[in-house]
Amino acid sequence: MTLASFLSQLLEIVVALALAPLLTGWVSQWRAWLQNKSAPSLLQPYRLLHKLFNKESVLAEHASPLFRGAPYIVFGCMTLACAIVPTLSTDLPLSPAADAIALVGLFALARVFISLAAMDIGTAFGTLGARREMLIGFLAEPALLIVLFSASLISKSTSLTTIVDTLGHRELMVYPGLALAAVAFTMVALAENARVPVDNPATHLELTMIHEALILEYSGRHLALIEWAASLKLFAYACIGLALFFPWGVAEAGEPLVMLLALPALVAKLAVGGAGLAVLETLSAKMRIFRVPEYLATAFLLAVIGMLVHILLAA
Amino acid sequence: MSPTADWVLLDGVLAVLAVWLIVGVAGIASLRRFRFVARVLFPLGGLFGLLLGGLSLAAVAGTPEVAVLPIGLPGLPFHLRLDSLSAFFLMVLGFVAAGVSTFAAGYFRKGEGTPPGLLCLEYHIFLASMVMVLLADDAYAFMVMWETMALSSYFLVTANHRIREVRSAGYLYLVVAHIGAIAILLCFGVLQANTGVYTFANMRAQTLTPFWGTAAFLLALLGFGAKAGLLPLHVWLPEAHPAAPSPVSALMSAVMLKMAAYGMLRVAFDLLQARLWWWGALLLALGLATALFGVVFASVQTDMKRLLAYSSIENMGLLFAGIGLALTFSAYGMTPMAALALTATLYHVASHAFFKSLLFLGTGSVLHATGERNLGRLGGLIRTMPWLAWITLVGVLASAGLPPLGGFVSEWLLLQSFLFTPGLPNPLLNMLIPVVAALIALVAALAGYTMVKFFGVVFLGQPREDKLAKARDAGRWERAGMLWLAAGCIALGLLPVQFVALIDPVTRQLVGVGLGNAAQGGGWLLAPNGIERASYGPVIFLLGVAASFAFAFLIVRRFYHGRLRRAPAWDCGYRWQTARMQDTAEGFGQPIRQIFEPFFVMTRELPTPFDTQPRYRVTVADHFWGWIYLPVVALAERIARLFGLLQQGRIAIYLLYSFLTLVVTLLAVKR
Repeated sequence: MTLASFLSQLLEIVVALALAPLLTGWVSQWRAWLQNKSAPSLLQPYRLLHKLFNKESVLAEHASPLFRGAPYIVFGCMTLACAIVPTLSTDLPLSPAADAIALVGLFALARVFISLAAMDIGTAFGTLGARREMLIGFLAEPALLIVLFSASLISKSTSLTTIVDTLGHRELMVYPGLALAAVAFTMVALAENARVPVDNPATHLELTMIHEALILEYSGRHLALIEWAASLKLFAYACIGLALFFPWGVAEAGEPLVMLLALPALVAKLAVGGAGLAVLETLSAKMRIFRVPEYLATAFLLAVIGMLVHILLAA
Repeated sequence: MSPTADWVLLDGVLAVLAVWLIVGVAGIASLRRFRFVARVLFPLGGLFGLLLGGLSLAAVAGTPEVAVLPIGLPGLPFHLRLDSLSAFFLMVLGFVAAGVSTFAAGYFRKGEGTPPGLLCLEYHIFLASMVMVLLADDAYAFMVMWETMALSSYFLVTANHRIREVRSAGYLYLVVAHIGAIAILLCFGVLQANTGVYTFANMRAQTLTPFWGTAAFLLALLGFGAKAGLLPLHVWLPEAHPAAPSPVSALMSAVMLKMAAYGMLRVAFDLLQARLWWWGALLLALGLATALFGVVFASVQTDMKRLLAYSSIENMGLLFAGIGLALTFSAYGMTPMAALALTATLYHVASHAFFKSLLFLGTGSVLHATGERNLGRLGGLIRTMPWLAWITLVGVLASAGLPPLGGFVSEWLLLQSFLFTPGLPNPLLNMLIPVVAALIALVAALAGYTMVKFFGVVFLGQPREDKLAKARDAGRWERAGMLWLAAGCIALGLLPVQFVALIDPVTRQLVGVGLGNAAQGGGWLLAPNGIERASYGPVIFLLGVAASFAFAFLIVRRFYHGRLRRAPAWDCGYRWQTARMQDTAEGFGQPIRQIFEPFFVMTRELPTPFDTQPRYRVTVADHFWGWIYLPVVALAERIARLFGLLQQGRIAIYLLYSFLTLVVTLLAVKR
């Protein structure tokens, strides 16, 4: 591992940690504009994090160490996820440690821990949230894997950096299978990040909450870490989507200076993507929880069809 | 790989076998001396299990060793052979048995059904028979030991024979085991190809026609499938595993089921010389159906041991799917890919053995501390039994297939081998196999759901019964046994490179090719087909998560504060929260019941609004009872009734029968 690649890895992590709340703020700003509301400041997520970190943590009397550790584990998982997704450069020392399948495993690990933590207190809402989160998780995970498999079949590799290298630098071709995969990926990303057709990040109606019900008992720094991790997750998903479907503008060489040139490209792509997400959220209505399996099954089938289309055309 | 004369390791294995038998006999000799049996004999057996594991570890990479034991019938000695395949399974057996025996030292109590001394004998005979099954090199020794294994485990299953359900579970187990044994016997009959010599060496030398090869393969599938719990012969498994004492359930699930995988590998890759691609496709389809069925049923169970038993069905399904994939690749001559699929399968054999025995032992400790197996009456045990909870969590995470533990590595390898399939020369398979990969991903995700339910309902939340507050944590022996198994799960997760290198000789033996050097990046990255293609480094992975964990912790403490206040749970401001308001096991299974409705036969009891003592109950049953088993039982009963017509109860009629028999016999003899 050279110093340059180490620096590029560090830069990638720092950029993810710093930019993730901004992306969340950007999306909620666009949402507010589109819904004719006065928008919160772009920096609102940072203020929220700062406020929560300053506050005292109130812990339920019988909470176990699992409950206290879970926010750190989730935060750690999401940081690692952001570190291995090639956003600025494809020369990352941490990237070989986890390929696309391990990345899905990483998200699953975070999900399992946050669900277990929600069950730890033993409240009605917590367990309800845990059950719903796991339900969405087990339906979304295979669909996500199939999307990643479609890209892997093209580049003959499950390594994310190789996928981006192949799609972005070597073969400039249009893959019809990937178009279907893109639709499936968008559906999965909406579900996994607790976005509108599946869940509403701004909801305060207990019975319809999924993600909010999970973290109901958290406060102070624990809540701050979870919120930050949620931003990181959105950032990671956005970057995976960009890496798979718009891989251009990612630096091939691991020079930190070249990466700085890749940074504006990333910010521009994320800005467009975030605005698109807000449009999608505004145009759709939240669905009943029992419709979610249908929705995710559709995503799963689209992903499978996308993969089959690719295999058919390749044969 | 020619058999060598010095059979040192085989000697060692046989010595362990002898010690186990002596320990068993010592157990029956000291039937009433409970402390001696529990504190001396079981740990001694465990120690020798460790030795067996170590010996086999050395034997995996060694050359095959053969021996002939002059026991059994005259003219029919036992042929034994210790090669890489059997050494690999012996290693799993030895290391898992070490943990389970240590646990058993603290587990068995006085006055529960069969006395511990007798259990000690049955337990060690069970272990020894499994060793012999793995060593057997002729059909005769194999069948005798296979039956010994089935019978000794039958007696172990029915240890609590005073309970009626236990007896009927044992009976069902015995019936299915014998149907399987008949099929295996017939399979060997086909394999020896009318030479009359039943050694495996002779079977290897025969080349069967495709018809007879297929017959042998299908018989082996029936026989070993019955032991593995493949659809539709799975029904005994969720009955027998919960009925047995926990250490026995652990051994049965972790090791005995693997004997089926061993037998399948032995017949399909070693004894049969030619392979057809559709055998693999059949195994793949059957394994996948079993896996999906198992995991869907596991997620709706309300009894912890039944839940784990269904999860074992799922894992056996995955193993057979892996074997099927390897078989297909090998039939098309794509040996490197067959080696990858086999490596994934064998890896899963080891990781499932460790995590499933750990989980079964965990349920044993819960059962002893609380007297409950029903998930609906447990909860909150992480506070009263912290040791047990944290050790079990390792098994839960491994079972859910999460990185960086053992279950994930095998899943990763299996998915990697599925991604290779577009190279197959069969367009139909090329189209179907990626869909299979999708279903495997679904099974793995559902396993995560099931495990969150298992751990969350048993250990987290608030205790659903008052008595749970007094539950005592697992004792020293139990803890030691479980810690050993948990360490195995972690080691399998963190050291995949070393372990894949260990499997290498086994795949070399079976398909002629190993994965070669799967290590990259200074030995820390697992990259079975080159780092460009795919790589996974669990240690770096773990360090990455741990580093950001520590970083977040330090930063928060440095720049902010660590203040904490304990208060009642908030729950949106609702104050009258009780333990009854938590999600139950049934509640957690509800989405699955809804999504996978066609899988179940559901009966709901919904009381009317005027019912003064309302009971809400949903029971979930298996379609296969109605589809296969009940019709077969009805048919058997009808045939038995026809025979009953002969029984008239009048002596004149019986004399007439005797007379007719005599006449017919005389006629037959005369001709």
